Amino acid sequence: MHNKSSISAACFFNINESFMFRWEPSQDAFVIMYPEGIVKLNQTAGEILSYCDGKHSVTDIAALLAKKFTASEDFILAQVNDFLEVSHGKGWITITS
Amino acid sequence: MAKVGSQLRLDGNGAPIWLLLELTYKCPLKCAFCSNPTELDDLSDELSTEQWKKVIHDAKAMGALQIGFSGGEPTLRKDLEELVAEANQLGYYTNLITSGIGLTTKRLQRLKEAGLRHIQLGMQSSEPTTTHWISGVDCFDKKIKIAKEIKRLGFPMVLNVPISKINIHLVPEIIDLAAEIGVEYLELANVQYYNWALINRDQLMPTQEELITAEAQVNAARLRLGDKMTLFFVIPDYFEGRPKACMNGWGSIHLTVAPDGTVLPCSQARSMKHLNFPNVRKQDLSWIWHQSNEFNLYRGDSWMKEPCRSCSEKTTDFGGCRCQAFLLTGDAANTDPACSKSEHHSLIIDAVQHANNTSNTTLIAREAGWVNLELEP
Repeated sequence: MHNKSSISAACFFNINESFMFRWEPSQDAFVIMYPEGIVKLNQTAGEILSYCDGKHSVTDIAALLAKKFTASEDFILAQVNDFLEVSHGKGWITITS
Repeated sequence: MAKVGSQLRLDGNGAPIWLLLELTYKCPLKCAFCSNPTELDDLSDELSTEQWKKVIHDAKAMGALQIGFSGGEPTLRKDLEELVAEANQLGYYTNLITSGIGLTTKRLQRLKEAGLRHIQLGMQSSEPTTTHWISGVDCFDKKIKIAKEIKRLGFPMVLNVPISKINIHLVPEIIDLAAEIGVEYLELANVQYYNWALINRDQLMPTQEELITAEAQVNAARLRLGDKMTLFFVIPDYFEGRPKACMNGWGSIHLTVAPDGTVLPCSQARSMKHLNFPNVRKQDLSWIWHQSNEFNLYRGDSWMKEPCRSCSEKTTDFGGCRCQAFLLTGDAANTDPACSKSEHHSLIIDAVQHANNTSNTTLIAREAGWVNLELEP
């Protein structure tokens, strides 16, 4: 399942219902699980997906991460955007608005 | 059988992240490629509900993430919903691996309520005659009905179709059928030769030409179908010259518990009769995984002989499959003979040649007492 569409800064997201996204203590990481597959996410990727709750836009997520990692918002926004496009391409997230 | 999971992307850090529960060896089908043991009569003493729950809890504490409920036919266990619910509450991603026979709308709804995430449905073919021939039971219509019901209830679904000489010419039709049902993943699983499939190897093995044709048909379908369905098709190890990275290595991330509580690094390992695999009725699961002799025997690479020991590819294929090495060469520590570097590789070449030259089409059906099924003319 691969979706091809680009996302905009005002998009909101949810985790695709077919996927299970959660914190896994034994791996000390967020994981995403689907039919017979598992992906272990790095810290930033995990944080971004944890904001895919239908309440945060791309801009919101970038602002939250910029604050947390004390980095420039423009720099973070580009990275968040890239990762969300990959996640959307893999079918992990759906665009809600 | 190779599962979709063989393309996984997570190092278990020493944890058995994949837990496969073979709840029962009983099955209404008699598939000639079945990966269950051939001595089914001796293995009917199944774990109780409480014993299975303890396995589910213990493995979770050890870091298991994915759980597969398999068999035999797991829906024959009346406590399936209860076990799925238990696993779901603990945070597992729950997979049901089923023939579909024994599933009803009511049961599917109960499994959904219990938290079942995904269903892998096994099918034999795109039409009734070959389905009946391979499975020994007239079950095609029932399977189609249940496949549609699974999708209607919104389960993500893998359609798993073991591919052999008997159905490889139907690959385009099988793909069309999967697209019509609306599955997300179609696994065209080239039959691997263990247990019942090894007995039927001559009758099941396709030719290299048939495999190349099927691969081209799969690639064409991928272009045509685009994003709608993910297709899995891997040229089998007998034809590749390199072994498969079986189970990601022995005792690496996979843990199988057989119906009687025997704990295995994979479902096929039971064919190594010289090993006395531990059992959850007698030993602690964590001890079995970390400490037992059987799980440590082929872990890592210190057990390897040449040519594996000095091979640059040992970290990618782990020397191939220990069961295949044992079944074909008599020593599980030998290089998997599917590898062209193996001194026993001629066994594979000869097996392919022998199968290609056979005109025998009588399959030995999986059953407690062996029965021959004749091919319809």
